[in-house]
Amino acid sequence: MTDQPKMMRTLLIEDREYETLYTGKFERRRQYSIPDPKKLHCIIPGVILRIHVHPGKKVQRDEPLLVLEAMKMQNNILSPIEGKVKTIHVKAGAMVPRGTLLIEFE
Amino acid sequence: MGKLTARDRITALLDASSFHEYDLFVEHRCRDFDMDKKVLPGDGVITGTGTLSGQGVCIYAQDFTVAGGSLGLMHARKITKIMDHAIKMGLPIIGINDSGGARIQEGVDSLAGYGEIFYRNTAASGVVPQISVILGPCAGGAVYSPALTDFVFVVDQISKMFITGPEVIKTVLGEEISMEDLGGARVHTEISGNAHFFAKNEVECFHQIKKLMTFLPGNNTKRPIPQAPTPPKAKYNIEQIIPSEPSKPYDVRDIIKAVFDNSDFFEIQQHWAANIVIGFARLNGETIGIVGNQPLVLAGVLDVDSSDKAARFIRFCNAFSIPLVTFVDLPGYLPGVDQEHAGVIRHGAKILYAYSEATVPKTTVILRKAYGGGYIAMCSRHLRADFVFAWPTAEIAVMGPEGAANIIFRNEIAAAPDPVAMRKQKVVEYTEKFANPYVAAAAGHVDAVILPADTRKFLLHAIQISKQKTESRPRKKHGIPPF
Repeated sequence: MTDQPKMMRTLLIEDREYETLYTGKFERRRQYSIPDPKKLHCIIPGVILRIHVHPGKKVQRDEPLLVLEAMKMQNNILSPIEGKVKTIHVKAGAMVPRGTLLIEFE
Repeated sequence: MGKLTARDRITALLDASSFHEYDLFVEHRCRDFDMDKKVLPGDGVITGTGTLSGQGVCIYAQDFTVAGGSLGLMHARKITKIMDHAIKMGLPIIGINDSGGARIQEGVDSLAGYGEIFYRNTAASGVVPQISVILGPCAGGAVYSPALTDFVFVVDQISKMFITGPEVIKTVLGEEISMEDLGGARVHTEISGNAHFFAKNEVECFHQIKKLMTFLPGNNTKRPIPQAPTPPKAKYNIEQIIPSEPSKPYDVRDIIKAVFDNSDFFEIQQHWAANIVIGFARLNGETIGIVGNQPLVLAGVLDVDSSDKAARFIRFCNAFSIPLVTFVDLPGYLPGVDQEHAGVIRHGAKILYAYSEATVPKTTVILRKAYGGGYIAMCSRHLRADFVFAWPTAEIAVMGPEGAANIIFRNEIAAAPDPVAMRKQKVVEYTEKFANPYVAAAAGHVDAVILPADTRKFLLHAIQISKQKTESRPRKKHGIPPF
């Protein structure tokens, strides 16, 4: 089977190192990083229909930033914070996967 | 690709000339989209009864050569009729899935057909064993029938299961992926855990089904047919499997093979969540359901997937009155942000629920480490194990000596002139005092400390004297497991 790594590794649990194999899923796990509130990521894959803001625009919390069409629904993506738009990383018409960086705030 | 026809599949699986077909002359009733001019033999599915190793079974096989095996109203009615029959007669159901999905021309009638099948899968759950064999595409809503059944068999390159196919994924998400990588046999046996058995070809798959069926009863009022008792093979020397160092791995399946009849262990979901091992074996000829931590993989920890895997198996065994034997050697639950965020609390609780709920004979053998929450979860006395045996190598404690010493003796270690030496000394002290089975045995949480070589003898006795076991729980409509 392809998903079962065969190399012995170590796993630290409660201050003891165990010699063991990893599972494929464990190998693929991602390091956790603290989310940056100044970066807005796409939570569902879809198509950007319209962008309401431009770089430099001051926005209020919950102000509509863009419209993302996903699962046959036009979703208004609202600003998570009060701030100033720094960069817009997507264009209208773009198809964006989940996790794509959409907008950065100053 | 090596695909057999629907009829050949039934012939290959069942006992020779035992198949009796039902509803050969059923015709579809669709009049829209020129369907009235189309003749679909048997409406794309073959159904009937027969015997498998002498035991009665109900079976259906979708025929991909008839309108792509698409499911219309009458196709579904043939399936639900044979399922109703299985529930009434107390016979296992085997469904061979090979279908393009809903017959679009029949519209909502086709969806109704699926719904009626899912309803019966649920009604039959825990009443008769349900087996799904995926021998072709099984996509969209169709996947939920196999998902509701007890055992799913897949074959390399032939089986394809997904809710949303690669084309839709490409259109909607712009992501390109092949059918094989999205929902092929390997994906479901190794990554998703949706399938229980992987075979290289259909013939091997049918052998696996036949073997599985020998361990199962026909329904929840019957016992599996016992086989002739056979001792384990001499090559598995139970004394020499476990390394003396607690952090070194070994394969728990070697212990299982050293204990059970003919060293024959029929493993389920071998390639998914391999940090726990589940499967069937026999003791004195009778079917036993086995759960064991696997120190060879991820040190044998409990995590989201392994808890899910074991819990479902425990519930299957309990539903069909198959006694459980649990082998324990685990450092605890797997630490990590991914596990916590994936809901290890909820999923980990499934195993506690399943063991606590089970009233079949439950025997636990603590081989080595049994720490903390992992000790409780692995069929401890507290979850109503009938017998708890521990090997002399067992360490039953709230945590491992290193972690415990760091907490209990934190101040002494910090204040010592040589903290490293002090820490070492405290680890040794803790190990001597707690890393053994005798504290738990003194409290009666462990019934006996046994020599590894006596494990089979103690298990034989435990199974023998619990044959008439009765145990009740408060009356209820049903419990609410942390699904």
